[in-house]
Amino acid sequence: MSRFKPLDHLILMLGAFVMIAPVVMAFLTSTHSAVEIHQNGLMLSLGDEFLSTYGKVLTHKGGFTGQVTGMTMLMNSLILGVGFAVGKIILSMLAAYALVYFRMPLASLFFWIIFTTLLLPLEVRILPSYEVVQGLGMLNSYSGLIVPLLASATGTFYFRQFFRSVPEELVEAARIDGAGPVRFFLDILVPISRTMIAAIFIIMFVYGWNQYLWPTLMTNDEGYYTLVRGIKTILLAWIGSNIPEYNEAFALTILAMLPPVLIVVVFQSWFIKGLTESDK
Amino acid sequence: MKRAQFSSPLLPYFLLAPQLAIIFIFFYWPSAQAIQSSFYIEDPFGFGATFVGLENYTTVLGSSEYLRIAQFTLVFTLIVTFLSLSIALVLAVKADAVLTGASTYRSLLMWVYAIAPPVAGLMGIMFFDQHIGPLVDLAALFGWDMRVGVNYYDTAFAMVVIAVWKQIPYNFIFFLSGLQAIPKHLREAAAIDCRSELRRFWTVTLPMLAPTAFFLLIINMTYALFDTFGIIDVVTRNEPANNPLTLVYKVYLDGFRSNDLGGSSAQSVILMIVVLVLTMAQFRFIERRVHYG
Repeated sequence: MSRFKPLDHLILMLGAFVMIAPVVMAFLTSTHSAVEIHQNGLMLSLGDEFLSTYGKVLTHKGGFTGQVTGMTMLMNSLILGVGFAVGKIILSMLAAYALVYFRMPLASLFFWIIFTTLLLPLEVRILPSYEVVQGLGMLNSYSGLIVPLLASATGTFYFRQFFRSVPEELVEAARIDGAGPVRFFLDILVPISRTMIAAIFIIMFVYGWNQYLWPTLMTNDEGYYTLVRGIKTILLAWIGSNIPEYNEAFALTILAMLPPVLIVVVFQSWFIKGLTESDK
Repeated sequence: MKRAQFSSPLLPYFLLAPQLAIIFIFFYWPSAQAIQSSFYIEDPFGFGATFVGLENYTTVLGSSEYLRIAQFTLVFTLIVTFLSLSIALVLAVKADAVLTGASTYRSLLMWVYAIAPPVAGLMGIMFFDQHIGPLVDLAALFGWDMRVGVNYYDTAFAMVVIAVWKQIPYNFIFFLSGLQAIPKHLREAAAIDCRSELRRFWTVTLPMLAPTAFFLLIINMTYALFDTFGIIDVVTRNEPANNPLTLVYKVYLDGFRSNDLGGSSAQSVILMIVVLVLTMAQFRFIERRVHYG
């Protein structure tokens, strides 16, 4: 069992290559000029246009009117990612706390009301959701971007599982010490949930950052475009252009993937633990 | 359920209120709207709607275009699910088997998870680009004149490649953690009893992985049905015309481009039923696993 297996390593290296090579090539290509790319195809070397292309993408380019810059889109993506993750954590921790730690007459009804949302993704009700958000005057706003995405119980499900695994002695001890439900939640439950909160934050941040369909429907004011939403404007700008701005498209691709990739790589062990243990 | 609980007359309702409010406004209300408008035909000028019973459903299900898209969606879903599961399984088994560098391989293979589908799609269309795409050149070596965006099958091929590439890391993470959860003594016993590695895989490892595999099967099918929207939107470059599409994309097209509220809603309801069946299967299975696993 313990001998060195060259074939296994070969397969794994091939897999790693297939996963990594396109992104590395995309980055290298983004550092060349559009004309160069148009003539020679994708690049395998570092070009000398890194600063100018990324500078241009961050400070000038984006959208049709040129009003929105990559920097604005980056900020919007951050607002969506962080806002969604924080909102999800707060809502679902409160709800899960109520479901697990309180005696309520209608507990099982609430349980079903909340967990039915796991059955249907947003994609199957986009049109009526759009109309609701329109009716509330929330088109082209951060709350319109974030709040409708919160209407799903994934986070509540994770926290409920976690709270149920917390030893009962803790509640009993807290009650003997005279702590009420609010004290217990803030002083005991939140601190022991730290790792879980971090893991869920990472998963939800990536989920929020990567949203495409909803922001596409919700925002036509370029000031609210996220980086991922901005992909669409690149495509539209390409139609009918002689030499597409490949370099800027690649640069925007790299920018759109950088923050979520970094957070997943850096906090890898939390992320994997959160993902695999809570999805069960 | 916990036995030691607090009892408070109002507090739990305050805690539940924000979540319930959002769910009612943005989940139940729109879902009910979708079901309701699937039975109506909207006046094109916005003056009211007429109740038409099941007409929207019969129109949708009788349309050859819809059936063609449904057929493509089915084939697409099956291929994407099969390929991303099997490739990820091979990689996970290998990463579990090697003694040196296992965690490095894990890091290298998992991070693509964080890339959004449309971002993967944009990278993909540049790799499949007629002028600059290396994959088109590669195909040309084999005499394949690949024209993504023009030829129906070539476009479908590019969609599958991108969708699988994006989904492998997710499956890999779950398969690897499933493999690592198999008790060591079990593997050792199996190794003593059976010399053939391949046979051990089929008779011991795979059955132990079955719960993970089933969970992933459902997740991957919902991924291929819904989350690939961004890939499809980008690969077709906003011009769906003669390109392969999935059912979710069709809901979006009819609802937002053609303003066919009734037809789009009927399609939404059909999709709801499909997802309900899938997730019910998943829940039933998870319940079973909790009891016997």
